[in-house]
Amino acid sequence: MNQRDARRLSLILLFMPFALWILLLILLPHIGMGVLSLREKIAPRQYEFGFDNYIEFFTEPIYWHIMARTAIMSLIVTALALVIGFPVSYYIAKIAGPRTRGAMFMFCLIPLWVSDLIRAFGWILLLRETGVISGVLQWTGLISEPIELLYNDAAVIVGLVYTVMLFMIVPLTSTMDGMDDSMIEAGYNLGGNGLTVLRRIIIPYAMPGIISGSIIVFMLTAGSYLTPVLLGGKYSSWFTQTIYDQFITRYNWESGAAFGFLLLIFTSLVVWIGLKLSGQSLSSTVARS
Amino acid sequence: MRMTMKTAVLLTATMLAGMGSAQAETLRLLTWGGYAPENVIAKFEEMYPDIDVEVTLSNNEEMVAKLRATGGAGFDLAQPSHDRIYAPQLEYDIYKPLDMSKIDTSVFEPKLLDGVKANTTIDGEIYAVPHQWGTSGLMADKSKAPDFKSWGDLCNPEYKGKTSMRLKRTILLGTAYSMGEDPFATYSDLDAYQALLDKVVEKLSACKDNIKAYWKGGDDLSAMMLSGEIVASETWDSTAYKLYNENNNIVFVPPETGALAWIDTFVIPRKGEADDAAYKWINFVLQPEISQMMSESTGAIVAVKGGKDLLPDHLKAAVNAAFTDEDINNLKFFANIPPGVEDMEGKALEKIQAATGG
Repeated sequence: MNQRDARRLSLILLFMPFALWILLLILLPHIGMGVLSLREKIAPRQYEFGFDNYIEFFTEPIYWHIMARTAIMSLIVTALALVIGFPVSYYIAKIAGPRTRGAMFMFCLIPLWVSDLIRAFGWILLLRETGVISGVLQWTGLISEPIELLYNDAAVIVGLVYTVMLFMIVPLTSTMDGMDDSMIEAGYNLGGNGLTVLRRIIIPYAMPGIISGSIIVFMLTAGSYLTPVLLGGKYSSWFTQTIYDQFITRYNWESGAAFGFLLLIFTSLVVWIGLKLSGQSLSSTVARS
Repeated sequence: MRMTMKTAVLLTATMLAGMGSAQAETLRLLTWGGYAPENVIAKFEEMYPDIDVEVTLSNNEEMVAKLRATGGAGFDLAQPSHDRIYAPQLEYDIYKPLDMSKIDTSVFEPKLLDGVKANTTIDGEIYAVPHQWGTSGLMADKSKAPDFKSWGDLCNPEYKGKTSMRLKRTILLGTAYSMGEDPFATYSDLDAYQALLDKVVEKLSACKDNIKAYWKGGDDLSAMMLSGEIVASETWDSTAYKLYNENNNIVFVPPETGALAWIDTFVIPRKGEADDAAYKWINFVLQPEISQMMSESTGAIVAVKGGKDLLPDHLKAAVNAAFTDEDINNLKFFANIPPGVEDMEGKALEKIQAATGG
């Protein structure tokens, strides 16, 4: 009897930090935000219950334009991260020896030791009109005038891909790690060329890793703030920036909260569509790796 | 000895309270970068060894947001600009009325003190006193843009791709002035102000092609200006003065319609817990020798009598290169922001940010 109690107690104790974390840091704030987002401001210190903040999002084109922009750019970042990350992961999982593997993981990890802000400033130094890349290109004579590479969408995409790369590589590598080499050999023995083997064997096997990596990367990108703000130019706006403006510049917490929820709903929707299209489920992808 | 729950709680409470008074008092200061320089803090703590100064750096909008989030708790002294006190207090009740008897008001420049009092009195209670003031205007590299002189010049095609501005309310107001309007006069009629804002949005959206990028803080503005990537920009005067020290061609240009003047103030948050320490800090930093250290650090003028003479020499040179007496008389002080205007201006800025060009 006593032993069962002790076991139950240890289970509760082990579970407690997680439960508290979910409850205090995720659930409660979201409930608070939900309540806030349903308040309409009538006059100073006067509020009324209503859906106005949500309606405003759909009636004012600038907001959903920015949302759509954010989604499209995030998808581009996700695709680029996948295209760049896939060969790297394949090399780490299948080709590299155990020692090289550790070293390569290390190289992927190192950029994360530096804070987001410093990384963004690094890109600024490289890309600006009087920056390193422009200077080198002029020195080699490839261009005659200084060239501005900063303050545009491409700069934002480059900065974001760099930031999220590791989150694509880790799930991909761990999935491909489990693949038996003999499957690839069998593919070649049966007369397949490199492309067929990739298409028919490796990619289907790596699918859960691809999807889980893409979900993490997409969510991180759509919710990022610093990189788009620092690297983006006059025509780049990110939805998180709009939320920040609602809260801080406009003192309009009610619509800021509503926008926060809309971003959450929208990104979840994109993830859900992605899962449906690829025929995967959350439990077979993110939960597995 | 058996302790009841009640005595246990009481005992713990007493112990905690005892610990609180034995430890040094903390003054939690919510202020701008440069407004609490190390050397001033060191001198203050030397004079009041039982007070620890803790500094959090912020800006106008974030100060109000932070205090609103806690209902005015978490800080003992804050320094928003004089136009950010009346409406936030009405809407969110985040400040505490000041006890003027605890502040040595004789040291203030009377014009500034009266101005701030007039702007921040609610129901007969005064909520703020001035600390430092300065202006927002333009700066230009005289060797590359010698004729740069008005807000409208930021949109002048002659400087295409070579100008910058910060997407905040200053540029809305400046642009309104350059269009021959007086935005502060229309604050009382919000419909008229909205009509004016619409015109400003149109103008600034069309002007987007002319801008290189919107600057977000003093650092990226300085980098763009010093590297010559831009030749002129909307700016805070203190940033321009700093750059003048590095390159004498870069000067602050008061726009011909008048530079916009701001006064950063002292306010005590509603739930501040160290009022005495806060008053001590206010009186302390207004002393002439501390004011001088303050100006050295912030590049702004302290709102005490003869504050301009307390500027360090290199700043005096920069100010004299920028301002004539006529410019000083032409200063436009930011008017109180009535409730609701913050939201209208925020929306206008969003529209400009989202515009796809002219």
